[in-house]
Amino acid sequence: MPSEANTHSAFWRGFRAGAPFILVVAPFGLLFGAVAMEAGLNLLQVMSMTMLVIAGAAQFTALALMTEEAPTIIVILTALAVNMRMAMYSAAIAPYIGKAGSGMKLLLGYFLTDQAFAVSTVEFQQRPELTVSQRCSYMLGSMAPLAPMWFGGTFLGAVLGAAIPPEYSLDFAVPICFIAITAPMLRSLPHVVAACVSIGAALALVWVPYSLGLIIAAFLAMIAGVQTEHFLARRLA
Amino acid sequence: MSYGQPTIWIIIAGLAVGTFLIRYSFIGLIGDRQLPQWVLSHLNYTAVAVLPGLIAPLILWPEATGGTPDASRLAAAAVAFAVGTWRKSVVGAVAGGMITLYTVPYLTG
Repeated sequence: MPSEANTHSAFWRGFRAGAPFILVVAPFGLLFGAVAMEAGLNLLQVMSMTMLVIAGAAQFTALALMTEEAPTIIVILTALAVNMRMAMYSAAIAPYIGKAGSGMKLLLGYFLTDQAFAVSTVEFQQRPELTVSQRCSYMLGSMAPLAPMWFGGTFLGAVLGAAIPPEYSLDFAVPICFIAITAPMLRSLPHVVAACVSIGAALALVWVPYSLGLIIAAFLAMIAGVQTEHFLARRLA
Repeated sequence: MSYGQPTIWIIIAGLAVGTFLIRYSFIGLIGDRQLPQWVLSHLNYTAVAVLPGLIAPLILWPEATGGTPDASRLAAAAVAFAVGTWRKSVVGAVAGGMITLYTVPYLTG
């Protein structure tokens, strides 16, 4: 019988797992706010985008295309292509929280970010005994320190404007955040092979329009990971 | 940027609705049905299949330098990766990477 205390502690475990990402989410939000105001959005538009979308990479993609005066539909489709990876997150997380109530599922759909996905899949795989409500609490907990920092960071960046000088290289906070998330995941040879195929194919397919090269690279990398797993299993057998 | 106000709001709304539908897709559709094992074993690799490919071009060809590889960014990426794999620490990796990013330009003048 899952007690309320267990659900409560799952929330705080999620909170602690998500908290370290404050170090990247806050400056990333700050940067987005500053860049978006510079691109010509007003404060209401910047905050609406950041609170409704909560997907930094896609938001930056949209801004970049808007400053290039791209057609409206291309701006939307390209930014959404950057987010297509989240359909895979959704598929990966669905078996764990599929039995949750519909209100909770809508809420978790809204909060299914890179960070929430990364910490939650690790937790759910390591603790198969968790109940559905504990899993939901854990995911919500992981976003609890991050969403306010993302919103607050964006607001500060927008208000402080373009006062952040380019020599601070804040643009690079994004790749460093992604490296920090990914590096600890390379815990087995199949994971390493998948990551290498992902990098190689993404670089080779960088010319494919609408970020579809990344989607293709991701499919190839997943196949490579599973095939390596099968290969190792056969060798041991 | 010369978009009218309605166009900007259409872009924001399109991104918001589209992103939510992508995230909600399987959570909402699959419900409590279990996916086949081969699908699950592929999804096991989603994060390592997407994130490295997403950042590789950003590291090699950063937009801020006009797409030219940059020593301090490459060093920062290497340090973040090394700390992340050896220490399994996200905070350590970010701190190491950002410190390197700001230190290398001073060392190389």
